[in-house]
Amino acid sequence: MSSHLKNPVNETDHIQGSSNASIEIVEYGDYQCSYCGEAYPIIKRIQAKFGDQIKFVFRNFPLTEIHPYAYDAALAAEAAGLQGKFWEMHDLLFEHQNALDKHGIMKLAERLDVDIQLFEEDMQSAVLQKRIDDSLESGMLSGVNGTPSFFINGGKFNGGAQDLSDLLDESVE
Amino acid sequence: MIKRGEQAPDFELFATPDQKISLSELADRNVVLVFYPADWSPVCSDELTIFNQAHKLFDKYDATVLGISVDSRWCHMSFAKDRNYHFPLLADFHPKGAVSKLFDVYDEVEGESKRAIILIDKNKKINWTYLSPTAINPGVDGILEALEKLTNEKS
Repeated sequence: MSSHLKNPVNETDHIQGSSNASIEIVEYGDYQCSYCGEAYPIIKRIQAKFGDQIKFVFRNFPLTEIHPYAYDAALAAEAAGLQGKFWEMHDLLFEHQNALDKHGIMKLAERLDVDIQLFEEDMQSAVLQKRIDDSLESGMLSGVNGTPSFFINGGKFNGGAQDLSDLLDESVE
Repeated sequence: MIKRGEQAPDFELFATPDQKISLSELADRNVVLVFYPADWSPVCSDELTIFNQAHKLFDKYDATVLGISVDSRWCHMSFAKDRNYHFPLLADFHPKGAVSKLFDVYDEVEGESKRAIILIDKNKKINWTYLSPTAINPGVDGILEALEKLTNEKS
């Protein structure tokens, strides 16, 4: 099915890179998914190489039935985001995929030096839960068929992070 | 593949080792038949994982999801338990592929069901069909769009 992003990138998204970038990459990802973990350094390399040409957006798509820690990890990133540290938590979660239980997540929060009491309260926030549920729904309606799923300039990209990297190497240079 | 507007043929298959499900007993439900080639194979597992994750959306549309492959009920039981699936997997096992053939989605060469999604409305008429290339996981956007359309038409 030729799918495209039903919910365009907007002010509620977490965005890295230039808003004027010619290439917009949206990832629907799951912090406990090993394929997303493998994609993480590849995306970093793409960002380092192409700089301002790339806008990168991460949306939560926790596959809760097969990844029991994925939902709390998504909440942790959002909760850290309320204290201005979404991307720092996003990176730490992918760098510690094997320790995403409650204890592991609290250790990551301590490392980020966030207000722990506030962080713990926000982890229970109905608003953040709704944000994650909405992200799951928008992903499903947009044709996300597994994690990670990438969209380039709104169109579903049928490949993984390395395929994406190869494509950019060929087309941008 | 069976055509839009046709009456869906009734069928009955094992959903658990000792329990059968028939289409006619799902009288007041929209029914989504997800035919797939095989338990445990990578693409199918991803496809069914997305259907599983979307259960709240299917509930919203009064839709019951049924997975169907030619694997046996015992194989299905083990597979569903491993992946935590919350919808039934039906065993089109004996006679092999009979229900897949009824809907014309049986691959005679491979001896497996094709990768197809069929939406049956509450009157048990075929409302929407999609045949996916076997190696491609179709996701749930197409079926959700079809359910949205069906719901809007009725209201």
